This record gives sequence, structure tokens and C-alpha cells, in this order.
Amino acid sequence: MLLDLAAPDFPWIALSVAIPLFAALIAALSSALAPVVAMIAALLCLGAALWTAVLVTTHGAQEVAVGAWPPPLGIVLRADGLAVAMLITAGLVSIAAFAFARQAFSARTQTPETRSAYSFWPLGLCVLAGVNAAFVSNDLFNLYVALELTTIAAAALVAMSGSRAAFEAAIRYLMFALLGSLFYLLGVVLTYSTHGVLDIRLLAISAESGPSTIAAAALMSAGLMTKMALFPLHAWLPPAHSAAPAPASALLSALVVKPPFVILLRIWFEAMPELVTPTLAQAFGALGACGVLLGSILAMRQERLKLVVAYSTVAQLGYLVLVFPLAGGGGAQQPWAAGAWTGAIFLTLSHALAKGAMFLAAGAFVEARGNDRLDSLVGLAREMPISCFAFGLAAVSLMGLPPSGGFTGKYLLLTSSFASGQWWWGIVLVVGGLLSAVYLFGPLSLMFAREPALAVTPVSRARQSIALLLGLLSILLGLFSEAPYRLLQVDRPGAAAEGFT
Amino acid sequence: MAPAFSALTLFDVVLCVLIIGVALCSSSVRDLFAATVLLIIYGVFVAIAWVRLGAVDVALAEAAIGAGLTGVLLIGAVARLKITESPAAAVSRWQFAAKVIPASLGLLIASGLAYLVLTVEWRETLQAPVLANLPDTGVLNPVTAVLLNYRAYDTLLETSVLFAALIASWCTTHDDLWGERAGLRQHTRRAGILATFGRFLPPIGLIVGIHIFWAGADKWGGAFQAGTIFAAVWILAIMAGVIDAPNATGRSIRSFAVAGPMFFTFVALTGVLAQSFLIIPVMVAKPLTLAIEACLTLSIAATLMLLVLGAPRRSA
Repeated sequence: MLLDLAAPDFPWIALSVAIPLFAALIAALSSALAPVVAMIAALLCLGAALWTAVLVTTHGAQEVAVGAWPPPLGIVLRADGLAVAMLITAGLVSIAAFAFARQAFSARTQTPETRSAYSFWPLGLCVLAGVNAAFVSNDLFNLYVALELTTIAAAALVAMSGSRAAFEAAIRYLMFALLGSLFYLLGVVLTYSTHGVLDIRLLAISAESGPSTIAAAALMSAGLMTKMALFPLHAWLPPAHSAAPAPASALLSALVVKPPFVILLRIWFEAMPELVTPTLAQAFGALGACGVLLGSILAMRQERLKLVVAYSTVAQLGYLVLVFPLAGGGGAQQPWAAGAWTGAIFLTLSHALAKGAMFLAAGAFVEARGNDRLDSLVGLAREMPISCFAFGLAAVSLMGLPPSGGFTGKYLLLTSSFASGQWWWGIVLVVGGLLSAVYLFGPLSLMFAREPALAVTPVSRARQSIALLLGLLSILLGLFSEAPYRLLQVDRPGAAAEGFT
Repeated sequence: MAPAFSALTLFDVVLCVLIIGVALCSSSVRDLFAATVLLIIYGVFVAIAWVRLGAVDVALAEAAIGAGLTGVLLIGAVARLKITESPAAAVSRWQFAAKVIPASLGLLIASGLAYLVLTVEWRETLQAPVLANLPDTGVLNPVTAVLLNYRAYDTLLETSVLFAALIASWCTTHDDLWGERAGLRQHTRRAGILATFGRFLPPIGLIVGIHIFWAGADKWGGAFQAGTIFAAVWILAIMAGVIDAPNATGRSIRSFAVAGPMFFTFVALTGVLAQSFLIIPVMVAKPLTLAIEACLTLSIAATLMLLVLGAPRRSA
């Protein structure tokens, strides 16, 4: 047989980069084909990722040496549990975003071709290719290129609406993101000149903690923290994510901020675990906690729904870095460290699904009412029950209420914080949950108010159901957490199981 | 031997002083246009420094892209700022802080790096395996071997970044102008200097570009450097009115821009047949590498040309 698709070493993960890339190029040639091509590409990506999940859980982590050159000369793509879980999520969110975008950005309904209907598809597909490339790559420089691809396409998506505010948000995002790229690249250069390798696995073997290794790790982390909008480098995110059209916002908030976090995990847990000191871990946690509190408080004060949802992203990203103190801090309580690592990734996955659902629901509200001011949501539950329900399900997951995926993640983090005696991070988790309840119950109570809704432009049930599907998935992630939990344990880094030493 | 050595050392010291001096001037001068010109000069000096370090490929790229292309893009941006911005910039008390903070941050990072560069024991780089495997790559230039074979996947993603940047720049077009020709309408006098240049220089540029492309396989050069030269020729011909500027909705210009990354991705996908990804088989290594480079050169030229012209604009 020419192609052994069932072989455990078939390079499915390389296809999850190449397929959306190829689709982006076709979409740039013909805007008539673009929506169909994008949907096919996203479906293929999801299929490849699901099949890889099956292979990986049965055969263990999978590697593809690109060009058949083994590292350190070549680049290795690696499918471990973390990478595959992220690939599946990226597939799901992009399918939803592309399905929702079909109406607004279809070349068939808009002749002659318009600017936005043409450019949305190649850019959206470049984002998908970029995040997938970042999830599977095991090479620090290659990760930089993947981040750049994602950033450039994402910044253009922010500017998509063409308004002055959108341009300003896009430029500010680009400035922050490029500064982050520079810092990251500087760290990569230092790493290469100190160790002579770029491959994460090889670094883990050769790395010794000299001053230049520490400087490299610090520079790379600073860059990645800028790109994932971690406090105090978060200011660019809310205007950017709220200025984009709804399907683009879903891609940005659900996917684009995730690769930097995954790379941060790979650098600290896989490449250089011996560099983590208790002080450093606590410092990471403190930044995260500030992000949770500040993001939540600012989310409460917003008057536009998309800004509420965007500030909530700042808060939710803060939780993720709590993994550093919780997986590393208490030397004696190591068994709990494993739970913290898995919990943080559960939060990453459920945030992606829930935030995708929320932005698509917000997009439906904007189409129905013409704006996203909170006071125009009054009574919408009667007119648009599906979207309101989707928003509610996503809210349940973001608040971390059972039985959602957000609950599973927070529960694992809470357990490890109390078990390791670091009750203060537990308090951050609980207070953050309460604050998110406050800022999400605001819009929800307006939607479900008994007053009659204002004039509504109808949005088709099929399109409203897309957000509902994502919202449901974020709940199902908690209900059926067994399979994803097992997937995440595939080739989990040693430091995630034993803590930093 | 000693006198020649000291002469070169003197040259290096002067070069370093010039680089730092021009960099300081460029970032401290008030006029944006002057700052841009100084940045271009800085790029030329840095290119010379790369030659001194023995990295001729990097020097070519720095001269073509770092100094030339970036300079042109920045000059275009400065010209547009003059149209849109009011000349009297607001003087605020933040201005001082806005200069001091980045300057001290830059100084801090620079001195930290200097400390590391001077103290760290540098590990052996990958030079030995790069040279050892060179026969399997079909090319003699180790830089080309890295870019189009060992780490071709990086290059594939980099050309995709360029593609994304092009779509992003098209995305900034005003909605009403979608389908118009790129950039401003060009006005040239028939027998003027520009028109003469536009007819005289392109053939020379084409020959130099083809040489740089062809030489890239074995000596110095390659797709990025050659593509930049072709882009310059293309822009010159448009500015001189020899050919029309393309528009983003045109099928042929889209094909030009997409051809390189598309062929590259296609080659990458055929690697799946060998249960891998982006394989350049040894048997066809040289022709396949050249074919990829040729397509990339074309796309890079088209993309850079379109990026310099920018989105369609109404004439002022």
C-alpha cells in the first residue's frame, strides 16, 4: 500500500499545518471557493487531530522529523497529549468560526467581491495554520516563525472592520506582539549560542543553568507573556479582541493567545525545569493573580458585551500561569503537582471552547440588535433563546461551575493549591470565580429580563446553534473528562509529574 | 602579517563606531525623513559588518531587505504621515519619559547582552553536520542547504508570513477602492529622467537578479535577495510608467503572489508518501531546490512590490 494511513508514524500532525496553509493559498486565489475550502480544511484538521489522539493514546507520543533530518540539524514535530488536545480544540473552534462567518464573508452574496469577504478566509486559515504549527513544533526557532504567522494574520483580522478604532487596536496589538517576538527571538538566539541546539528535547539534556541560560529563558518568557496578554502586558487585548468581527474575535480569544502559553509550558516544564526556583514560581503566580483580579474588575465596569467578554479573557489567562507555583512550589507535596499541570490545560481547553461560544453568541446579538451595548440585550432570551442559552453554557464553564470543563480544571488546581499548603492561590481561584459570576450574571440577567425586547433583526437558528454547540462542548469536556484526561497524560513532562526540583 | 592585521582591525573599529553613531543619530534626530535615511545608512554599514564576519549571504539580505526594502517602506510611511498628520506635534511632559524609558531599557538589554557575549563559553554550533550532509542536499552553499533543505520547514512558514503580510496590507484598503490599482497613480514625463531610468535599468536589474538567484545554489545569493532585486525592477518600471500597477483583484497578480508558497507546500505534502514531511529526495535535490527557489523568487518579488506600492489610494 502506497499510503499507510493507519500506521502509527503517519505524519498527521504535519498535515494539520500544511492543509490550512494550502487552503489559505487557494482562498487567496479565488474568493468564490474560499468559504468551502476553509470549511473542508478545518474539518480535515479536526479529523487528523482526532485520529492522532487515537494513535497517541494507544502507541504513545509520535514524532515527525521534517525532511527526514533528525535534530539537531532538522526540525522535529511532536504529538504528545498536550499538542493533540490543542489541535482538536483548534479544529473545533475554527470549524465553528468559519461556519458562522459564511454569511458575512461570502463572495456569492457579495458581487462584486468586497475587501473583507476576500481577506477574511486567507487570514483565518493562516491563523489556524500558525497555531497548529506552534502546538506541534518542538524547535524554538520554528516556534518563533509559527508565532509570527499567527500574529500577522491575527493583527489583520483585528483591523478587518476598517474603522478607525479597529485600526488603532490592530496597530497597538501589532506593536506589543512584535516587541514580544523580538524578546522571544533574542532568547532563542542566546539559547542557540549557549547550547548549540534548538530542539526542546535536546535542550532538556544539555541545558545547564548558567547566566546566559537564565537570561535566555527570561527573555523568551517576557516575549511570550506579552503575546498571551499576561498582566501587566494585557492592555492591548480588550480593544483588539472586541474590535474584530465576531468570528475573528472567536479565533483570537479562543486560539491565538494559547500558543504562547503552551510554549511557556514547554520551555519551563520540558526544556529547562531545573531553572525554576520557588520565588520565580510564586512571581509567575502573582502576575496571574493580578491578571485574574484586574481583568475581572474591569470586565464588570464595561458597558459593551464584547468588551466584557474580552476583559474576561485577560482574567481567564491569569489562571493558567498559576500552574507554575502549584506544580512546583511545595517540594514535599509532589503528587499534587501532576493535577495542577493537567488542570491548567483543562482550563485552557475549556476557555477556548467557552470563549469561542461567547464571541459567536455576541456576534449573533450584534447582528440582531445592531450594536453590543449591554442595555440593548434586554429581553433577548425570548427572541433568541438559542444564543442566550449558548452564552449561559459558556458562562457556566468560565465561572468554573460543575459539570463544565472549567470546573474540572479549577477543581484540579484548587486541590493542588490546598494540598500543597498554598491556600492563597486557592483563594485567588475562588474569588476569581465569584467575580466572573458577577460580570457574567450582568449580561445574563438583562437577557432573561421580563421586559419585552427591542426591535430584532432575525438571525437564523442554524447560525445561532453554532455557538450553542461550542458551549455544549465546553460543558461536555467536564462531563466526559476521562478521555481528555487520559490523552493529556500521554508523554506528560517529568516536571509536571514530579514538580520542579 | 602584523601591519595588515592592524589595518583591518582599524577598519573594524571605525565600522563599529560608525554603526553605533548612525544608530544613535537615527533614533535621536527629530525629522522622521532624516531618521529613515540614517536607518538606511545604518543598514548598509551593518551589511558591511556581515561581510567582515564572513556571512556574505546575510550581508546581501541585510543590504537588500534591511536597508533597501525597509527603507523604501518607511519612506512611503513618512510621506503618508505628512499628508494625514498635522505638523505641530503636541508637546507633553510625557515626551521626556517616552524617550528616557526605552533608551534606558535598550541600554540595560544591550549591556546585559554585551556581558553575556563576553563571558559565556560558546558551544560548538551545527557547522560540522551542516557541511557533512551537504552532498545530500544537491547544493554547495551551506546557507541554501539550511534554508531549503535542513530547515526548509522554517522557510515554508516564513514565506507564508510574507503571504499573510500581503493579505494584511490588502486588508487595509478602503472598501470603495477595492479593485483599483495598487498605490497612487504614477505621473511621469515622457522624456524625463525617471522614464529613461525606467527603460534603461530594468534589463540590468533582471540580469543581476537572475545571477543572484542562480549563484545562490553554490555561492552567495538566493530567493530572498533575488526577489528583492526583481521587486525593485518591477517598482521602477511601474513608477516610470512603462507598465501599469497591478490591482489586488487581478487573477494573474494573485497567482504570482501565491505560486511560491503553493508549490513549496505541495512539495512538502508529497513527503507524506515517504511517511514524512517536506522531503527533498537526494536524486532530484538540485533541480527540485532550484524549482522551489524559482517559484519563491517570483512570489517574493510580487509580494514585496505590492507591499511597497501599498493599498490602492486616491490621489491627493
